[in-house]
Order: sequence, then structure tokens, then C-alpha cells
Amino acid sequence: MNIIETKNLTKKFEKMTAVDNLNLEIKEGEIFGLLGPNGAGKTTTLLMLVTLKPPTSGTATINGFDIVKQPDKVRKSIGIVFQDPSSDEILTGYENLKLHGWLYDMPDTLREERIKEVLNLVDLTDRKDDRVKKYSGGMRRRLELARGLMHHPKVLFLDEPTLGLDPQSREHIWKYIENLAKEKNMTIIITTHYMDEADKLCDRLAIIDHGKIVVLGSPKELKKDLGGDIIRLKAESLDLDVLKKLSYVKNITQCDGEVCLTLEDANMHLQEILKVVGKIDSVEIRSPTLDDVFLHYTGRAIREDSPEGSWADKAMNASTRE
Amino acid sequence: MSELKGIYALWYRETKVFLRERSRVISSIINPLLWLLIIGGGLGAAVSFGDIPYQTFIYPGVLIQTALFSSVFFGVYIVWDKKIDFMKEVLVAPMRRTSVFVGKIFGGATDTLLQILILFVIGFAFIAIGILPGLHLTVVSILVSLAFLLVTTVGLVSIGLIIGSQMESPEGFQLIISFLIFPMFFLSGSLFPINNLPKWLAPFIYVNPVTYAVDGLRCVLLGSVFSKFNPFIDFGVVCLFAVIMILIGTYAFKKMKL
Repeated sequence: MNIIETKNLTKKFEKMTAVDNLNLEIKEGEIFGLLGPNGAGKTTTLLMLVTLKPPTSGTATINGFDIVKQPDKVRKSIGIVFQDPSSDEILTGYENLKLHGWLYDMPDTLREERIKEVLNLVDLTDRKDDRVKKYSGGMRRRLELARGLMHHPKVLFLDEPTLGLDPQSREHIWKYIENLAKEKNMTIIITTHYMDEADKLCDRLAIIDHGKIVVLGSPKELKKDLGGDIIRLKAESLDLDVLKKLSYVKNITQCDGEVCLTLEDANMHLQEILKVVGKIDSVEIRSPTLDDVFLHYTGRAIREDSPEGSWADKAMNASTRE
Repeated sequence: MSELKGIYALWYRETKVFLRERSRVISSIINPLLWLLIIGGGLGAAVSFGDIPYQTFIYPGVLIQTALFSSVFFGVYIVWDKKIDFMKEVLVAPMRRTSVFVGKIFGGATDTLLQILILFVIGFAFIAIGILPGLHLTVVSILVSLAFLLVTTVGLVSIGLIIGSQMESPEGFQLIISFLIFPMFFLSGSLFPINNLPKWLAPFIYVNPVTYAVDGLRCVLLGSVFSKFNPFIDFGVVCLFAVIMILIGTYAFKKMKL
């Protein structure tokens, strides 16, 4: 059964189309990734699915409910961890969770039970009575993850769950997300512009660019579809025509003055390639990553930076509330 | 039932945050004291109002001023909530936007009324040391005053929330608010009697809903000789003001963009 289906979901702003006729089918229990550069339309898609932004046209169903016609029922079926900090830092971790329980109309005993359960899950039981102000970025993120889970949603949305976090905290969060999917059979939708994150976590992912799906599949399939290994050559001038004549080279792309060749069994052919291209500065052989998949389908490298400022920056700014 | 719980949740949050941010509590009391002691004392040395000193005369006005500034300014917190994603977290919960608005009103009104209560305590202390002669602070007068202040505050908090819900930056909010708050304060007759106003000034004062709150409080706390209108009319006007603001606010919250 498909827990989420979008039908020609579209969002237009004055001059640009942020999401363009998106059709997606997401199965129950899978971790699904929306991967793309900043401004690709991931967050807009997410905000439409969680009923915070109305679509310009098209619609979607979540857990069988229409996001346009039955927003209340959709809201009861979902949990979400937003991109920016969304907990009150003057309240304690426990109080933030209690607030959430009230907002979702949970009975008192169930609420307290669940608070215990989720605090335990994200290892924050010891710190539950500290104000969120005193939490680190990673702890705050974990608290928000715990909160998103508290009412046992059918679908959990995570918008850039590790943006701006240090590598250790990211690993931590990934571990929790993987456990959740396994233990609770929860459907999890992640938006991210980190390729490694998508690769590690997602069962399937859609690469989105300019509001459209560029390609969809499991990370493994997507990488396999590129066809074998990648040889990256750096040189002052390269004769591409010679390379194009080699029958086993499946694809040639250029980026930043480097040339990437896709081929099977790179080790076997390397000798010959080096012979024909002439003088080069450096060479590198590796298996393909999702970066290469993105590059292959869009002709661009995904930007790793975040023009809006990182999550941690916003958390810092938000603390100057006076 | 579920809506009530949600309203309670929002009220709980605003009140907790207010009580924990001591700077907010303290500054909210210092300000009115400065008006009362310095403006009241300084001007009071030069002008007299028959039976009561000027300081006593402006006490109701200072109560209203506190309510005005603290209530309208409360709207800035919604701008902050929008700046981080706290507002989204609330709006994505299965509760109506009207309830979100109501919860915020209760939160803001509680903040303001707590400050007012402290000013009443200070009023008692001042009476005891002879600073505010002629001020009638009794259980009844305080309760009636609180009724006036509650209704006025609800209307004023709504104004702050309406503006806050449409603004994106706290700086922009502050700018708009100062254009609104100061005229509302100066044109309310908080600092002067409104009996013999110049012709050009009177209409501005009569269209200001805050005028009626001040007038009503003067009647209750100083005596009917110090007020211009019938207190029931005063109360009717502030109630009407609050209802209109709630209606506009409900609409503004439904239209609020994130």
C-alpha cells in the first residue's frame, strides 16, 4: 500500500515554479529521501505535504487522507521535525514535550508514558529538566526528533535533519532514524542536500532539481545505473575525441577542469586510457557516489554550502530573543 | 476538548516563559514607576488638580500605559516564533488557528495582568507612606479595575498579534508599533484631564478606545468627578473594541503566511 501519493503536486510563486507536477508514490515503512540542492523545491514539497502551504494545483494523499480536503486528519497522521529550531529554549526539554502532548490532545497517562519512552530513545532522560538553551545543537535536534515521534505518527517528516551539525552528532541522529524505521515500521521522509546522508539512510530516493524529479530509485540502483567505476583525470589539456573513441567508456563529463569517465572495470582499462590521453596531472579511480549520480543527470555538482545559513547559526540567532 | 487543551498549552508556554525571563518582569515594573515618580512628582510640583495631587491623578493612566505597552509589544514574540520554526510546530498540530490565537491572547493577557497586579501592590505601599493620597484602592475597586483592564488588554494584545502575524522581522514590528503605541498613549488622556480640550484635539481623543479605559479607571479609582463619561459607556466601548479586535485577529491568523 502507498502511504503517500502525490498527484501533479505543484507550487508556483510569483515568478518561479518551486514544485512542478510532482508525482510520487511512497510505500509504507520505507525511508524515502528527497535529495537536491538548496532551492530545488524539497522544503516546499514537504510544507505542502504537512498542510502548512496550500498547493497551487494538484494534491496528495497521506495515510489515505487528502492534504487539501482533510488537513486535520493528515495532521493527526504525521510528525515533523522542521529545518529550523522549533523548540522553546526557555522551557526545559520535558516541558517542550509536554506542550506537544497537549497540542496533540494526548490523554495524561499516555503522554507521560510516551515522554519517558522517547526521551529514552534519544538519550535525553538525564537532561530532561534542563532548559533547552543549555542543550548542544545535536541534543536539541534529538529533542525535536523525540517530539516528532511522541504521538506515534504513521509518517515522520525530517527536513534536513542534520543540517549544521558536527559529524559525530550526525552519526548519532542517523542511528536513531535507522532504529526508528526498523522498530516502529514508521514511514520516514527525509529531505537533505547531503549525499552521504541520503546514501546511508534511504531505501529509495528521488533526486529533485528545479522542482522536478530528475531520477528515482534506491541509492544502490542509481549508482549501478551509472555503469561501473569512475576515473577522474586532471590535465591542462585533454583530447576528448580520443577518449570518445574508446568503446568501453560509457560516459564522459566535464567539471571544474577535470574529466570524469564512467566505465566498467576501470583497473583493467586504466593503462590504455593513460596511454592515449597523454600528459596528465593526476588520476583517481573510485566507485560512483550519489554526487556522481546527481552530476550525471543534471550536469552540475550539488552545492554543499547553505546560503540560508546553517541550522546552528539560526539556533544562535534565535537565542537573542530580547 | 482538544481545542481547550491546545489553548491551555499555549497559555502555559507564554506564562512560563514570561515568569522565567526576569528582565521582562523587572523592566515592566520599573517603567511605570518612573512615570509615576518622576513625571508625576516633577509635573505635580507645578500643577494641581483640586483635591488630589497630580501623581494620584495619573495613577490610572500609568496602569493603562503599562497594559498598552506590554500588550501590544507582546505581538513581537509571534514574530520570533515565526523566525524560528516554533510557529510551524504549533500550526501543524491538529488544532484550529482560532484556538492558537485565543491561546496567545490568554498568554499575553496573563503577562500584562501580572504586571498590573504588581502595580496595585506598589499602589498600596505608596498609599501607606502617604505618596498617593486620594487613591481608592479597595477590593471592589481593584476587581472592577481588573475587569476594565482585562477587556482592554484582550483588545490590545489582539492588535499586537494582528501586526505580529503579518510581519517578518522584529525590527519592522517595533517600528510599526512605536508609530501606533505612542499616539494611542498620548491621545488617551492618561496624563491630562479630557474635560476642556482644544477643539482640534478632542476628536482624536474620542476615537481612541484607550481613552475610555482611562476614563473608566479614573471613575473607579479616583471618583466620578474625575471622569467624563458614564463608566458603563466606558465599559461598553472597551468591550466593543475588544470584540472587533478579536474578529480581525481571527481573520489575520487564518491568513497568516509562514
